[in-house]
Amino acid sequence: MEKKLEGIIARYHENEGNLISILQDLETEFGYLREDAILWVAERLDVPPAKFYGIATFYAQFHLKPRGKNIITACCGTACHVKGSERLINSLVKELGIPDGEETSEDLKFTVEKVNCVGACSIAPVIIVNKTVHGKVTPDKLMKEMKTLKEGKREYTDYI
Amino acid sequence: MNKEVSIKVCMGTGGIAAGGVEVIASFEKAFATAQIRATVEKNCSLHKVGCRGFCARDVLVDVIIDGGKSTYEYIKPDMVERIVNEHIVGGVPVGDWLVKDDYHTFHDKQVKVVLSDCGEVDPEDIDSYIFRSGYEAVKKVLTTMSSQETIDVIKASGLRGRGGAGFPTGVKWDMAIKAPGPVKYLICNADEGDPGAFMDRSVVEGNPHAVIEGMIIGAYAIAAPYGYVYIRAEYPLAVERLHLAIKQAKERGYLGKNILGKGFDFNIKVKLGAGAFVCGEETALIASIEGKRGQPRAKPPFPVQKGLWGYPTIINNVETLANVPYIMRKGAAWYAAMGTEKSKGTKVFALTGKILNSGLIEVPMGIPLREVIYDIGGGIEGGKKLKAVQTGGPSGGCIPSSLIDTPLDYESLGKVGSIMGSGGMVVLDETDCMVNVAKYFLEFTKSESCGKCVPCRIGTKRLLEILTRITEGKGREGDLDLLETLSSDVKTSSLCGLGQSAPNPVLSTIKYFRDEYEAHIFEKRCPAGVCKDLLSYSITEQFCKGCTACTRVCPAGAIIGEKKKPHKIVQDICIKCGACFETCKFKAIKKG
Repeated sequence: MEKKLEGIIARYHENEGNLISILQDLETEFGYLREDAILWVAERLDVPPAKFYGIATFYAQFHLKPRGKNIITACCGTACHVKGSERLINSLVKELGIPDGEETSEDLKFTVEKVNCVGACSIAPVIIVNKTVHGKVTPDKLMKEMKTLKEGKREYTDYI
Repeated sequence: MNKEVSIKVCMGTGGIAAGGVEVIASFEKAFATAQIRATVEKNCSLHKVGCRGFCARDVLVDVIIDGGKSTYEYIKPDMVERIVNEHIVGGVPVGDWLVKDDYHTFHDKQVKVVLSDCGEVDPEDIDSYIFRSGYEAVKKVLTTMSSQETIDVIKASGLRGRGGAGFPTGVKWDMAIKAPGPVKYLICNADEGDPGAFMDRSVVEGNPHAVIEGMIIGAYAIAAPYGYVYIRAEYPLAVERLHLAIKQAKERGYLGKNILGKGFDFNIKVKLGAGAFVCGEETALIASIEGKRGQPRAKPPFPVQKGLWGYPTIINNVETLANVPYIMRKGAAWYAAMGTEKSKGTKVFALTGKILNSGLIEVPMGIPLREVIYDIGGGIEGGKKLKAVQTGGPSGGCIPSSLIDTPLDYESLGKVGSIMGSGGMVVLDETDCMVNVAKYFLEFTKSESCGKCVPCRIGTKRLLEILTRITEGKGREGDLDLLETLSSDVKTSSLCGLGQSAPNPVLSTIKYFRDEYEAHIFEKRCPAGVCKDLLSYSITEQFCKGCTACTRVCPAGAIIGEKKKPHKIVQDICIKCGACFETCKFKAIKKG
C-alpha cells in the first residue's frame, strides 16, 4: 500500500491546495477512503488527519466505508424524479438487500447510491450500472437488469 | 466509388446510452466490407433534444454525401448495414428511417449560437473546429485589439452571465482589468449542479474548444495568466474531452507562453469537483480549488477584488464563455440584435420532464414560453394537461399554465416569481403534485447546505420537516403561514445564494397552487395522486385477468393470487411504489 501512496503524494507534492485531489486519488485507488491510508498520508504531509476528514465528510464523492463490487447509481435529478426515480430506488434497495440507512449490502456485493443529477435528463429516469448508463428505465427493465446483475452476468466496464 | 462520405453519430452521454458506440462499430464493419473510404466522426452535441438537442431520438445519425445531408433517427446497430448498402452505396436513402417533419419543427424556432457547432464538429479533433472558423476570434483579438477594446465589445453585446445571476459580463471584466496584477485568475465554472440541467455538460462534451477559445479571449481581456476549469467529477466524458482539447490547443500554440507571438501567456488547469452543489457558488468554488471545505464567505470583498489565493479572480459560466468567440467573430451588434432590450442574445435550455420532445434547445431571449413548450417541445407527452414549468432548478420557481405567455428573459421571469437560472426547464403535468415538487427541492437544498450559517442550515431543515408532514397527511392549521414566514427569513438572512434562493420553490408553489396545499392539509388528500401516504392501491376484481405481471414487479411481495384468478394487494405490506399500477395492462389497478 505504501508504494501506491508514495506515488499519489509525489504527483501533488509541489502544488498547494491539493488535499481534495489526493483524496480523489485515494478513493479511485482503494474504492473508498481507508483510515490507514489517510493516517499515513497525514503523517507524511504533516497535515492533521482531522483536516482530511473535514474535507472527506463535506463532499459527496468521498466514502468512508467500503463499497460493493457492483455500483448502481440512481439519478435523483428533477427530471428523473418526476419520471418516477423514487419508485425505482425503492425497488433497487429491496431487491439487492441494502439495509435501511445504508448504501451497501452486507455481503459487499452491491452499492446503491443516489446522486443529484448526472445530466442525462432527456432519457430520464436514469440508472447507471457499473458505469453503463441506462436511460428511460421502467420497473420491468430494472428487474431484468437486476436479475442479470445478481447472476453475475454484468461485468464492471471501464468505458464511460 | 468517388463520393466523399461523412457520417456523424451522436456520441454524447445520451447517444452513448442509446448505443452510439455499437452504431459506430457497425458502420466501421460495414465499410470494411463495402470498401468505401469514409470518415466515421464522433459527434456529441445537441441535436434537437438532448445532446444534439433531440436525445429522445437517439441514436441520431447524419449521413453527408458530397455535402448533402440526411438525418436518421432511432438508429440501432443492426440497421446500419442497410443504410450503408442502400443509401451510401446505392444512393437511395432509407426513407422510413429518416427524421420526420417534427424533427424540423423542433429546430425551426431555435437560434443556435453556443450550440451552432455542436453536432457538427468532432469534439476530439481541433482541426474540425478550426475548419469551422475555430480560433479565428483569438487571432483577431490578440493581433488587432487591446484588452479594453475586447471588453468594450463584450459590454456592447449585452452578454449577461449565463450561470443564473445574469450579471453583465463586460462590466465584470472591466472591474478585473482595473484590478492590480500581475497575478490574476480566470475560472470557468463547469460545476453545473442544478438537477435537470445539462447545458454545460453538452457544450463541454460537444465543443470544448469554444469554451477554451472564450477563456483565452477573456484572460487576454482581463490580463490573467492563469486559468482553471472547475468541472463536476460526475461528467467523466466531458472531463476527458476537455483534457484532450486543452492538450491539442497547447500543441497548436493557442495556450502556453507567448501565444501567437503576442507576449501573452495563458495556461488552463482542470480541477474536479467532488460532489457539492454549493461549490457552484463562486466563493465556495474558490475554497474548493484551495483544497478546503467548499463553504462560501461573505461578499464584499468580491472575487474580482480578493479571490483565489487572495488574487483578483473572475469566474464565468461555461455558456457565457462559449458565447465569446462568436461575439468577437461576428460583432457586438449582431449579438445585440437578438433577444430583448435588457436580455440580449440567446439562451440554452434543458427541456425535460413531461414534454414530448425532450432535450437541449437554444432560443433567442424573450421567446414566449408557449412557443417553447408547444412549437419546439411538441406539447405534453401522453396528451396530458400542462400544469406548470419549473425554471431555475432548486433556486427557481414554477410558472403555472395560466402564465404560459411569459417571455423568457431575466426580468419577465423575475416578475412571475421565478428566475432564469442556469437553464433547467422541467415540464410538469396534471399527475405532478406541487407540494411534492417543493419537498423534492428542499430535500436537495437541505442536504447540499454547507452548514456554515444558521438560517440556511436550520431553516432548510425546518422547511423540509413542515413539507414532509404535509405530504404525510399530518399538515396543521397555520402551516402555510409558517412556511411563508420561515421562507422569508431564510431568504433575507442566509450568507450565500443557496440559502437565499432555497425557499423559492416553496413560495412559488404556494403562490400559484395554494389549493393543492390546502387539500393536503385540511382534506388529507393529494389531488395529483402522488403523495404515498395519502394514497392506496387496490385491484378491481372484474378487470383483473390474473396474469401475475404485477406480482412479478412488486418489490415488497404485497400481491397475492393464483394464476388466472383475480389478485389482491395486501395493504399492510404495500409500500405504494406504484410499480404494479404502471405495469398492469388491463387497467385493473386503482390508485386513490
